[in-house]
Amino acid sequence: MTHVEPGGSGLENRRPMSPHLQIYRPTLTMIMSISHRITGIALYFGTLLLAWLLIAASASPAAYTAAAACVNSIPGKLILFGFTWALFHHLLGGIRHIIWDTGHGFAYPQREWLAQATLIGGIVLTVGVWGIAYLVS
Amino acid sequence: MVQLSLPANSRVATGKTWPKHGDSKTQTEFKIYRWNPDDTQNPRIDTYFVDRGDCGPMVLDALIWIKSKIDPALTFRRSCREGICGSCAMNIDGTNTLACTKYMDDIKGAVKIYPLPHLPVVKDLVPDLTGFYVQHASIEPWLQTTTPPPEKEWLQTPQDREKLDGLYECILCACCSTSCPSYWWNGDRYLGPAVLLQAYRWLIDSRDEAAGERLDNVEDPFRLYRCHTIMNCAKACPKGLNPAKAIAEIKNLLIERQI
Repeated sequence: MTHVEPGGSGLENRRPMSPHLQIYRPTLTMIMSISHRITGIALYFGTLLLAWLLIAASASPAAYTAAAACVNSIPGKLILFGFTWALFHHLLGGIRHIIWDTGHGFAYPQREWLAQATLIGGIVLTVGVWGIAYLVS
Repeated sequence: MVQLSLPANSRVATGKTWPKHGDSKTQTEFKIYRWNPDDTQNPRIDTYFVDRGDCGPMVLDALIWIKSKIDPALTFRRSCREGICGSCAMNIDGTNTLACTKYMDDIKGAVKIYPLPHLPVVKDLVPDLTGFYVQHASIEPWLQTTTPPPEKEWLQTPQDREKLDGLYECILCACCSTSCPSYWWNGDRYLGPAVLLQAYRWLIDSRDEAAGERLDNVEDPFRLYRCHTIMNCAKACPKGLNPAKAIAEIKNLLIERQI
């Protein structure tokens, strides 16, 4: 009698994988999770930028003037604005995760409120900080 | 491993459009994932039109209608048709849910149906859930005790019984686990929301005496801690349960054990 292995015909290897990211309707909490990751990675580069400014400031007036000119250019300001947003978005995302870690805010609609607060709060704080910076300068 | 795109054999092609059936003016368009193990082609999306004058209101009614009236080869799982068996779990309109409790009228435009995401497909809308069941078995989902059994049943106060509400209702349909991006990327090592909700169900059962071993079993960077509170699970659950919260409770039990 022939021993038949289940799937021994290679069928299991031929089976396609069902679509996932391609077809799943994005949820706000899902987008906030992904953006928390992305802003976290962006902060590494933002911190390098900050370190560069500090090193330039401590090196010489000429080095600082050159670095400040870069940051004060339009692309430099855009990067700095993005860094500010990434910082606030990631900070609020962290607070949201601390709240969840205590076992609170999981129910509907509280979890949606927390996600909305992260998104809106990050934008409001970024615009606020830049607004104050322009008023002061 | 995170692989955002589908392997070459899994890319979805456009299939055929089946002719309309019946003379009702209200026809709902269905776009359904098809894959036949008996040929060597890639999966495809077939288009059907369901005569709403001749069909019940649920997505499952429509699938059965298509199978009886248009295409007998269309393959899907179903049994109870009332949201208690979990067989007809699938991705409908971009979200995992049960076809039998999802109204067609709640969907705008064409009804798009795929098998549960990121699983090997057996045929059409039938995914292979073997790994999911193995993971469920790994948390030993039964009462474990060391004290001698009582003469009658194990007793439980009404307050302790209430702790099982929101957990015991799980029907293991796998909607939550297969909605979870963490489970997509690490489903071989991460237990996923459904299995962890079951783990918690036994952890907080006042009659169970194996909490220590149960916590040891899930205390692992992958098995438990791949949960990043993405919350797709809680949103998908057709029974309105909250696996994300159950997972957070397990994490807190592990912290309490440390102090």
